[in-house]
Amino acid sequence: MHKATLPKELETTGLGKTARKDKWLFEPLWTGLGFAIFVVYSTWGALNPGPAGHPYYEWGPYLSPFFSPLFLVKAWPDWWPKILRTPALFVLWAPLGFRATCYYFRKFFYRTYLLDPPGCAVGEARSHNYKGEKGFFIYQNLHRWFLYPAVALVIILFYDGVKAFFFADGFGIGVGSLVLIIEPILIALFTFSCNSFRHLVGGNLDCYSCSFSNRARYQVWGKVSLLNRNHMFWFWISLGWVGFSDFYVRMVAMGIWTDWRIL
Amino acid sequence: MEKLIFKVYRGDSGKGELKEYQIEVDEGMVVLDAIHKLQATQAPDLACRWNCKAGRCGSCSAEINGFPKLMCMTRIDELPKGNPITVEPMKAFPIIKDLVTDVSWNYEVNKTIPPFTPKPPEPDGTWRMQQKDIDRVQEFRKCIECFLCQDVCHVLRNHNKHSQFIGPRFLIRVASLEMHPLDTVDRRELLKDQFGIGFCNITKCCTEVCPERITITDNAIIPLKERVVDRYYDPLAWLIRQLKRVFKPSAK
Repeated sequence: MHKATLPKELETTGLGKTARKDKWLFEPLWTGLGFAIFVVYSTWGALNPGPAGHPYYEWGPYLSPFFSPLFLVKAWPDWWPKILRTPALFVLWAPLGFRATCYYFRKFFYRTYLLDPPGCAVGEARSHNYKGEKGFFIYQNLHRWFLYPAVALVIILFYDGVKAFFFADGFGIGVGSLVLIIEPILIALFTFSCNSFRHLVGGNLDCYSCSFSNRARYQVWGKVSLLNRNHMFWFWISLGWVGFSDFYVRMVAMGIWTDWRIL
Repeated sequence: MEKLIFKVYRGDSGKGELKEYQIEVDEGMVVLDAIHKLQATQAPDLACRWNCKAGRCGSCSAEINGFPKLMCMTRIDELPKGNPITVEPMKAFPIIKDLVTDVSWNYEVNKTIPPFTPKPPEPDGTWRMQQKDIDRVQEFRKCIECFLCQDVCHVLRNHNKHSQFIGPRFLIRVASLEMHPLDTVDRRELLKDQFGIGFCNITKCCTEVCPERITITDNAIIPLKERVVDRYYDPLAWLIRQLKRVFKPSAK
């Protein structure tokens, strides 16, 4: 006998049922709300690139990260839905796929949106056939498929960040330049603190002292492990900053905000 | 000295209740002290398992105010004031009596894990390894087998998958073997199929409750999941394996 039926007093089944007295609901609420805000904004931003001659995703040397690298379609096929005629379509699948299969994301996604479980030692819905990541969610194992393009994207975003310092009249520093150079730094910290990356650089070895390359990989693994401790922090701050970067470029391109030139 | 209200589970797997007691507590007392005082003064038939009273033996696991903890490491003055303190048995295992549960399933699971199988010794008859090779494994060896991680894991606690999933405690043990520099057994197929690592959905509750502060999810379970990905789901790893197979010089 593994688990006996519990007496009514100790029953664990039932959504939200718990004897916990702390504020366990706070974490799923703020993570769920924060991510939902980002999803709504990024979807709206991606689907609203602005008019063809005056796009909202670029201004001067600035390019929104939602649209980088920029793939322009000269003429969309007639049958292609108008709402989906956006260059972001060719880009966003990679970072979204990378984040949607991220190990940290999985923690709060299952807790917040699937309530499976809503919190530690908190009850779940009375009857559902739980399969974890063996059934439908087996796709979470594709995280590494998205890691590879995500690493490429970091390089592209750094290129955009440096390009943001070169205006029509030469080198300069605008507030937008700073926004767009901070953004790839944060994205890099998130990407290179990823658990899959940590595994690939050295976590998959059993003997670190056995060869020169293993010793070198041990050093890298140690640094990535340090970053990985704050993977949650890098997830949220990079997510927020990417959204803000798009918002900043959009506001400047629309003429609502003025980009201050520092230099 | 102040009087606090404790609600302690009294009963077994079939029938029981949270019985209310008033216990006088001193400064610095832990929950296990209060339970011992209760045994000594009001409820001599109260069953609880304990041994070291120092967070080393993992015997006094229980659910205090609904959260899996060691009774001997939970100071009463750190619990919220004003409400009764509830002390319940672990809910992922059958209750024998009061706060004592039957954790023998864990020992049966342990037997299913292929044991440490070292490679042949060096010519002088010894094995050598360096500290940096076993740092990771030593973190897992801190486990005191309190089974709080098994208790909080919703796969066992809420979904009762005891026959398909070995739980965080034993994923740690598998990790300590898989990452060992001298071990030669590949347990990835077992992890995927028999040990049910896919049932873990990374909610990290096991890490939250571990009294030894072992980073169970990030340092053991996720790396094991990644090793399974290496074998079964990584397109590049698959391609490299195929190329190696094609270009491997045939043994003559």
